[in-house]
Parts: sequence; C-alpha cells; structure tokens
Amino acid sequence: MASTRSAPDPGVEMLAVRNLEVVYDDLVLVLRGVSLTVADGEIVALLGANGAGKTTLLRAITGLLDIHRGKVTKGGVALQGTPIEKLDAPAIVRRGIAQVMEGRRIFSELTVEENLRTGAYTRKGRGEIAEGYARVLDLFPVLKDRRSSTAGYLSGGEQQMVAMGRALMAAPKLLLLDEPSLGLAPKIVEQIRDIIVEVNRQKTSVLLVEQNAQMALGISTRGYVMETGRIVKDGPAAALLADEDIKEFYLGITGDTGRKSFREVKSYRRKKRWAA
Amino acid sequence: MSEFLQLCFNGTALGARYALVALGFVIIYRATGVINFAQGGLLALGAYLAYALNDTAALPFALAVIGAVIASGLIGAATERVVLRKMVGQPVFAVVMVTIGMLFILEQTITSIWGFEALNLGDPWGVQIVRAGDVVLAQRDLWTIGIAGAVLAAFFAFFRFSKLGVAMRATAFDQEAALAQGISARRVFAVSWGISGALACLAGVTLAAGPAALSPGIGAVALIAFPAMIVGGLDSPVGAVLGGLIIGITQALTTGYQEDLFGWAGANFAAVMPYVVMVLILLVRPYGLFGTREVRRI
Repeated sequence: MASTRSAPDPGVEMLAVRNLEVVYDDLVLVLRGVSLTVADGEIVALLGANGAGKTTLLRAITGLLDIHRGKVTKGGVALQGTPIEKLDAPAIVRRGIAQVMEGRRIFSELTVEENLRTGAYTRKGRGEIAEGYARVLDLFPVLKDRRSSTAGYLSGGEQQMVAMGRALMAAPKLLLLDEPSLGLAPKIVEQIRDIIVEVNRQKTSVLLVEQNAQMALGISTRGYVMETGRIVKDGPAAALLADEDIKEFYLGITGDTGRKSFREVKSYRRKKRWAA
Repeated sequence: MSEFLQLCFNGTALGARYALVALGFVIIYRATGVINFAQGGLLALGAYLAYALNDTAALPFALAVIGAVIASGLIGAATERVVLRKMVGQPVFAVVMVTIGMLFILEQTITSIWGFEALNLGDPWGVQIVRAGDVVLAQRDLWTIGIAGAVLAAFFAFFRFSKLGVAMRATAFDQEAALAQGISARRVFAVSWGISGALACLAGVTLAAGPAALSPGIGAVALIAFPAMIVGGLDSPVGAVLGGLIIGITQALTTGYQEDLFGWAGANFAAVMPYVVMVLILLVRPYGLFGTREVRRI
C-alpha cells in the first residue's frame, strides 16, 4: 500500500507520545508522563516488567481506555503530526494504527478466514481486501490450509499468527504488538520475529512491547524501558543490549544479587523529558 | 397417527413464531448481554403497525407487513440509540429494569391508540386449508412456517457471510478485541436491536393473522418464547430456533392429548408445559441445549 500512503513530512514522527498521563477510575495514576516516539519505518521496542504500564500505553494510543474506565489526563498522542488522543478506537484504526493485543484475543468461535476478515472491517473495496488477504496468507503460509478451521482449535503459535494477520488486514501504517512471544516455544518465537522484520520491510512501522528483551532489541532500532508508569531508560537497541542493568533485569545475566528494580540502580535517572 | 402428525404440524407453526421471538432475544443478548423484556411490546407494536398500514392506510397486506417490519426495525434501533446507549456501563440489572419499563410504556401506548378491543388484521389466508392425507394444513400456518424458515435462513446467511454479520459475531465474542479491529460496538448494538425489532414484528403479524386475533395481550407470547430461548441456550441462535420448535410442538401435543394424559392436571395444562420442559432441560443441561458455559476472564 506504499503508493496510497501520504509521504510524511521530514521531521514528523509516525507516532509521538508526549508527556502522557493516564488515570483509571479517576483514582489510579498508571502512566506518569510517558514520552516516546516511533519514526517512519522504524521498529521500536518497549520493555518493562508486568504492571509497568506498557499495555495501558497501548490502550491510550488505540482508544481502548474508555472501556477500562481509563482517561488521558495530560499530554497527547499524535500520528504523523495529527493528534489522535480524542478519537475512538474505530477512527484510530481507520487512521492507520492496528494492534495485536496481549494474549492474542482471537475470536476463537470464528474460523480463521472470518477472523482475518474482521481485521479488514474498516477497509473499503473488495479488490483491496482480497489483495491484503493474499498478502497475509503469503506471510503466514501455515494458515492457508486452516482457513476454514475454527480458530480456537489452532495451536498457540498459529493463533498468534491469526492475531497478527488480522491486524495486518487493516493495512496499518503503524503496527502495535503486545507481547507476541508470550507463551510460545522458542522456535515459534523465531518465526514471529522474522515475520515482524518482514512486515517492517514492507513499510509498516512497529512498536513492539515485549518481556523477551533479547528478541525485541535484536530486531529494533531503538528501545525504551518502562517502570511503574515512567520511561526510565531509552536509547539505540545495541546500547541497551550492552547495558549492564538491562542485562541483569531483562536478559537474566546477573552480576550481583539483591537488586529488584531500576530504582535501586545508580545509573537510574528520573527523566521527565518534554515536561511542561 | 394422523392426529399425531396434525398436532406436530400445528406445533411447528406455533414453534416457528416462538423461534422468531426467541432469535430476537438471543441476538440482543449476545451483542449486549441484556435480556430485552420489551420484546413482547415490540411484537405487539409491530402487529398493530401492520394493522394500521393495512386497514387504516389501505395498503395491500404484503406491503403493509413489509412496511411494518421495516418500521419495527427502525423503532428497535432508535430505542437502543435513545434509551439503552445511556445505560452503557451501568449494571445489567438496571438495564433489564429499563427494558421492563419500556414494555409497559409500549403496551400503554398501544391501548391508548388502538383500544382494548380485538381487531381483524386482514390477512389474505382466512381459513383456507390444504389437505395432505388426513392432515389438515391451514394455509396461514403454511405461510407462517415458510416465512419464518426463509427469514431465519436469511439471518443465518447474514451472520455467516456478510461483513457486518461476522463483525457482530466477533463483537459478541470479545467486544474489546472487536473494537481493536475498528468494529464500532455502537453500530453493532443498534443493528442488533433493529434486527430484533423486525423479527418481533414478523412474529406478531403471524400471530395476529386471523379473525379477531389482534389484541393488546398478544405480547404475552414473548413470555412463552422466553423458555424457548432458555431451552436452546441463551446465547445460541440455532438453539433459539430449535427451542422454539420444541416448545411449540410440546404445547400442541399437550393440548391434543390433554384428556388422555393430563386429565388430572385440569384444563389448559398446555400453558404450563413450556415451563415444565424448561425446568426439565435445565436440570440436565444447565446452560441449555446449545448454550456455552460462561467463561470469565480476569
């Protein structure tokens, strides 16, 4: 779909999250001023432990906060320079952001083909949809033979492929992936990784939320680390892979023991960039 | 034997009407998790609209029915938009109470416009019959079965093959994941109510066809379609149709063999039978014949 895409202004990011604050139930502050960017054509990794606020950030970007009683109280989200934080989920999908939710969330009562078709809900034009469908089956040849199977009977890896294929059916400019490797065998994780690289090569920017830091940083240009609602570290992927603290907390390569969080690490800087 | 076949035929015609109403219940339940008690009111209103178009506006019967079905669909969708959308996020109990309130409002509206007296919905079938051996088939019943069958088939095709139909099933299964695909839950809710209203109207018309058969109490049939839906399983469209047929045939057979089998229970035992069937089936299968066990994710 490269031809239909408007050329982004140089200097305008694909995705720009600025100083975002999110509150649940008018009470619980979950994001405390998060800023993050994804440039056009980039893969960006977002790392962090459970409860750091990664999924909340994705919900804020994709307009799914409402149904969790969440609200953006400060800051904003822009797609190619246009603010989108006030739009609802269908409008955001139409603007070009698709996501693979944590835990896959496929429609397991529907067939594989029906699942993929739901992903194209916002698109018009049979030809375009058929083309997208063919492209998805090219990316995931395994699904070809299983088109009419009930999706719930597929293996975990195949279900993840259905979830990714479904998101790609929307022909997104930006793809958000929430822990695509969760619960999958190492071999399948490798496949998923290769597919993410291929999708990105076909001109889709990617924001990859992962606990598997090795895999995520291995294919990303840059990475961010989140903890208790803040970005606590960011930089080029190679630098993060070499970082002592990252090695300790996310790659399981321990030097000394007893430290449980970045809070206790000397190099931890409490950064609040773009802060008002 | 011929008596048995006769009763089965009558029961099927009755069950087809229940199936239409029960399917309306199920569609709304699947989409929104709410049991719509106003369904009976929509059914009666649909039948009266057909009467108004046919008798007062002097349209041909078929046109009047089509017009009433479309109007009922729009009324259903409008109800969702005006009343129930305000209730999104409120406890299910409150929403159900709202639908019960709407049932009374609809019933009162009907009686204040058309009065309490039974009216004649001018159906073209009258008391004409077709004979198949010893079995007497009323033309009205044949039409009812035919129309209900065609409409049900059309809706199953819609849910299976159309973009919106698949989107509605997706929303029923996982609303948030459907939203994430860009499927507007609001649109799905409104369409569900629209379809449900249209189905209720069709059921109402087929029930009210016949001499002096149109009266405000006609909506009470929804109370019998209710066990039909429970028997089939709250969230299963196939179950709703089969449940409707099971209840309809059971009722007809009970009426037919009342003297022989249920003499001890007094007259009109057929009115109780749907609930007896419901209780028996729920004892064996608590989720209905085709219902899914509810799985709660946390």
